[in-house]
Amino acid sequence: MSTTDHNGSGRNSGTKIRVRGLRKSFGDKLVLDGVDLDVETGTSLVVIGGSGSGKSVLLKCILGVVEPDAGVIEIDGEDLLRLPRKQQDVIRARIGMLFQNGALFDSLPVWENVAFGLLAENKLGRADARKFVPEVLAHVGLAASVGDLYPAELSGGMQKRVALARAVAANPEMLFFDEPTTGLDPIMGAVIDGLIVDCVQRLGSTAIAITHDMASAARIGTCAAMLHKGKIIWSGPADHLLTSGNEMVDQFTHGRRKGPIQMELRK
Amino acid sequence: MRAVGWAPDMIDSLLTPVALLGRAVISVTRSTGRLTLFLFEGLSHIFRPPFYGRMFWSSFAEFSYFSLPMVALIALFTGMVLALQSATGLSRFNAESEIANLVVISMTRELGPVLTAVMIAGRVGAATAAQIGTMRVTDQIDALTTLSTNPMKYLVAPRLLAGTLALPILVLVADVVGVAGGYLVSVFKFGFASEVYLSNTLNFMTTLDVVSGLVKGAVFGLLVALLGCYNGYRSRGGAEGVGSATTASVVVASVLIFVFDYIITELFFSR
Repeated sequence: MSTTDHNGSGRNSGTKIRVRGLRKSFGDKLVLDGVDLDVETGTSLVVIGGSGSGKSVLLKCILGVVEPDAGVIEIDGEDLLRLPRKQQDVIRARIGMLFQNGALFDSLPVWENVAFGLLAENKLGRADARKFVPEVLAHVGLAASVGDLYPAELSGGMQKRVALARAVAANPEMLFFDEPTTGLDPIMGAVIDGLIVDCVQRLGSTAIAITHDMASAARIGTCAAMLHKGKIIWSGPADHLLTSGNEMVDQFTHGRRKGPIQMELRK
Repeated sequence: MRAVGWAPDMIDSLLTPVALLGRAVISVTRSTGRLTLFLFEGLSHIFRPPFYGRMFWSSFAEFSYFSLPMVALIALFTGMVLALQSATGLSRFNAESEIANLVVISMTRELGPVLTAVMIAGRVGAATAAQIGTMRVTDQIDALTTLSTNPMKYLVAPRLLAGTLALPILVLVADVVGVAGGYLVSVFKFGFASEVYLSNTLNFMTTLDVVSGLVKGAVFGLLVALLGCYNGYRSRGGAEGVGSATTASVVVASVLIFVFDYIITELFFSR
């Protein structure tokens, strides 16, 4: 069942996000070839897959920044693509997104970045937002003084944390993470994963994370799915990732060069 | 299709120019259509809330205030060189008294708006394309969408409005400074009586000269902002994509400025 009441108590039942037959191609390159996916309310799904397997495009289709060619995307049972754009936007406003490289607005200071969604939806005035930001920054382990800096003045790890703060600032029901640990050292990667888990649990959100970092997948996910050539080829509990018995998943999770997945390399 | 009996290569080589021409026409038509749709979408957001006043004012300041020194400098030398050139030309007909006329008409009708707009295309149009292009390739535009903000409304509409409103102001400044440049050369180099030059200027100048120049300014401002936004918005593929978007924004805006200069002149002055 896919009904959910929005006072938070009902966040632990039903399918939050349901994707059926999602297809997308760019020119003659087929990126998503009929993706089926169910994300239960309150769970964290990690989607693994090689570079170019369509993971980012999948998230972008749900987010509405890429228009799929065909398929169904349901959130809380509502068929997103058939709704008028305005209503789609209302539903999508409940999704927080952490982009691969942070995608912080470099012309705005950190505090305005973090408060951007709240200001845009007029949930807070500028003065109130400014006061509220240190609280959000504290959740990601950053001092209030960081709020006055510009993104270019921050290290990669700090940028990721600010981006995480921006994604969670409006207490979204759904959180998407696009390769949250890429480009970070292993310790900072673990720190970000920890913060992600904290945020997801604190908000009771439903999460989708895409990654090809197995350690990260194990830390973030409660369930997992593997995307290969635009299709979901395996799904199951996250702790079965290393013992799935599926040849392709095994090759991927163990990082083997030989196996059913052939990299397209020119000899 | 291959014809039997003919060397297929020969047919291909004969048809190549035709195919190239056809492709070019299709691509120009397609871009024109895209650009027009982009323009109308951008303009429609100017009139529908929410409005982003901060974005408008910062972009307005970039177009107008921060461009003033450069525009004034260029207008000054343009007015001066106009007076210098026309003095040598007109002296052959003993018509030096026409210098004031020539300077004021050339500045207000043509050189004020066109030179200002081309300068702004290089200064602000290029910066706009680079800024929006970088936002595109670093996912910042997608991030706007996920934060309940329409990028067309937030990034494009304020810039279109700012360009359209700021350029006439700059043109007015260029007109005044250009005339002052002509005045300096005429009075201090050629020894014209100051009051005669000024009264000549005021007598020759018509409202239509100035108004047509301001209208040109508004249209050129819209063009510069539009091309900067459009090329930035559609840029793909990292630094190289942003680079070519920036180039395209300046080149296409400059060409369109001259095309629309002709069209507007035709509308105002051809009888």
